Amino acid sequence: MSATAVHSLWTTAGEVTSAAPGDRFTAPTIEYAQLAPVLIVVGVAVLGVLVEAFVPRRARYTTQVFLTVVALAASFAAVIGLAADGYATKSAHIAAMGAIAVDGPALFLQGTILLVSMVSVFTFAERRLEPAPHGDGVSPAGTKSRAWGRVDSFAAQAGSVPGSDSEKAAVKAGFTTTEVFPLLLFSVAGMLVFPAANDLLTLFIALEVFSLPLYLLCAVARRKRLMSQEAAVKYFLLGSFSSAFLLFGIALLYGYAGTVSYAGIAGVVDGDIQDIDPALADTMGNDALLLIGGAMILMGLFFKVGAVPFHMWTPDVYQGAPTPVTGFMAAATKVAAFGALLRLLYVVLPGLTWDLRPVMWGVAIVTMVGGAVVAITQTDIKRLLAYSSIAHAGFILAGVIAASPDGISSVLFYLGVYSFVTVGAFAVVTLVRDAGGEATHLSKWAGLGRRSPLTAAVFAVFLLSFAGIPLTSGFSGKFAVFKAAADGGAAPLVVVGVISSAIAAFFYIRVIVLMFFSEPKADGPTVAVPSPLTMTTIAVGVAVTLVLGLAPQYFLDLASQAGGFVR
Amino acid sequence: MNPVNYLYLAALLFTIGASGVLIRRNAIVVFMCIELMLNACNLALVSFSRMHGNLDGQILAFFTMVVAAAEVVVGLAIIVSLFRSRHSASVDDASLMKL
Repeated sequence: MSATAVHSLWTTAGEVTSAAPGDRFTAPTIEYAQLAPVLIVVGVAVLGVLVEAFVPRRARYTTQVFLTVVALAASFAAVIGLAADGYATKSAHIAAMGAIAVDGPALFLQGTILLVSMVSVFTFAERRLEPAPHGDGVSPAGTKSRAWGRVDSFAAQAGSVPGSDSEKAAVKAGFTTTEVFPLLLFSVAGMLVFPAANDLLTLFIALEVFSLPLYLLCAVARRKRLMSQEAAVKYFLLGSFSSAFLLFGIALLYGYAGTVSYAGIAGVVDGDIQDIDPALADTMGNDALLLIGGAMILMGLFFKVGAVPFHMWTPDVYQGAPTPVTGFMAAATKVAAFGALLRLLYVVLPGLTWDLRPVMWGVAIVTMVGGAVVAITQTDIKRLLAYSSIAHAGFILAGVIAASPDGISSVLFYLGVYSFVTVGAFAVVTLVRDAGGEATHLSKWAGLGRRSPLTAAVFAVFLLSFAGIPLTSGFSGKFAVFKAAADGGAAPLVVVGVISSAIAAFFYIRVIVLMFFSEPKADGPTVAVPSPLTMTTIAVGVAVTLVLGLAPQYFLDLASQAGGFVR
Repeated sequence: MNPVNYLYLAALLFTIGASGVLIRRNAIVVFMCIELMLNACNLALVSFSRMHGNLDGQILAFFTMVVAAAEVVVGLAIIVSLFRSRHSASVDDASLMKL
């Protein structure tokens, strides 16, 4: 195309349309029903912001929790409705002018994200764990009430400097940061779009929409706020660093293919497009654009899933963030990011499978081994779970590499399994407390089984599931992923995976031994008795762990039915 | 002028930004370097848009600007709150959590 013709595209648009009457501007069609899961969550998130502005402070907590739970439930119902209409299997569809795919993997992952967010909201809303000094039980009107002064894990006023007079005043006044609920909903909305994104623009916007609220949520812990702010700064700087890489990768892929739609890029990569204009013919011949662009996008996604060598943020952020946020982030972000990674590798870049193979193998191997080995040296339970999540990212990558329908369905299943166990495990971490808030140092967990057998037993179930012991969901997940990898010609990866599972089992079992077979310390932590909210979270976690461990077949079938990407 | 030259400039700006993130110690400066990287992406997108003669790249550049603005809002809030608690915006001082 000549320079003047290109120039006329945006200077004299009227002439162009009159020159080509068949190519008129057409209004976009938006399939609202198919986008309902996302729209409900975004709508209620906006409503939540209005609640912060107009509802009196006393009523905000109840209103926000109610709205959030209703939004997530309604959105989940919409996902189920779409799946029942057959969008997950035979009538998969690309909605919103090619921006969002409504297909099996998207709906399966959206359902998982919504359920996991729902149980996470319960831990966000928990208000029985913080003791009296952080809420004096006196309402502003001066009347004592049990309900007033109950506080959650979030700062009284996030803007106040820790330890300052303004913070003391905010604590005394019984303020709470109820903004966390709309923030969570915005984040969930981004996560719902992320695995369904069907062009690179939507991918990038969804990534930012779910990341930005998470950066803020990390900074608002009630206790240990310096650590929390430090975690937020690290997460923010490294997160935006990685999304800049992702964006440059998007620019290069766009330069290569001349389009941002997944199907369009895949067509150019595979070389099966019909009308090639001279500009495209020029850039198509340049494989450097494709390879570097693809690698940079993968880099951005590897950062989000926490794969070695892009994992450095994980332990610090998991440790510093408020524990309910850590649980939500660890579970839901991983589901969304692996969804996007799957779609990218299976829809956009299947033509690159062989070029990317050494890279993917390398990343998967160092992730599995690195996560498992470094976790052994950890002394903080939240850091230990962080490294364990890195190792799990490696196991899931082994399934991604399989490059087969079984690979897709096993990854979907593993993500469902892993996310519920993670949320449950972090919910248990919020219960073990001493005077300084949560007692996360491992030495303080010694003898927990003697003092509080039920809590320790529940945590042991989660740890066994992480380790992949038979009869827990972790075993069915790992078995599915490794089987898919072995069938897909990645047998050496499976060997490495099994070895690092064995290494990982060592430190999970070590925690169990510490809890049950060592003497409790005199000044050890106490286990707080939570409200039914956190109990529900933990109970759901245990139930999913056992059900998927004992009878996984139904859910494996569900995942394999949902395993087809639309293109 | 050949639009490819703008791509070289974009790659150069991106590299300068990335090295700044890795080298500089002040959180605000690190953040400015990230913004430089995003702007390099914009330049690359617009140049490719010119080469291909379609508008996708320019639309993406607009979205990038919006995202960069949103990132400033969130990022400055976080960095300022860290600065007020510590009286320092150095990323090296923030080291409560180590192995």
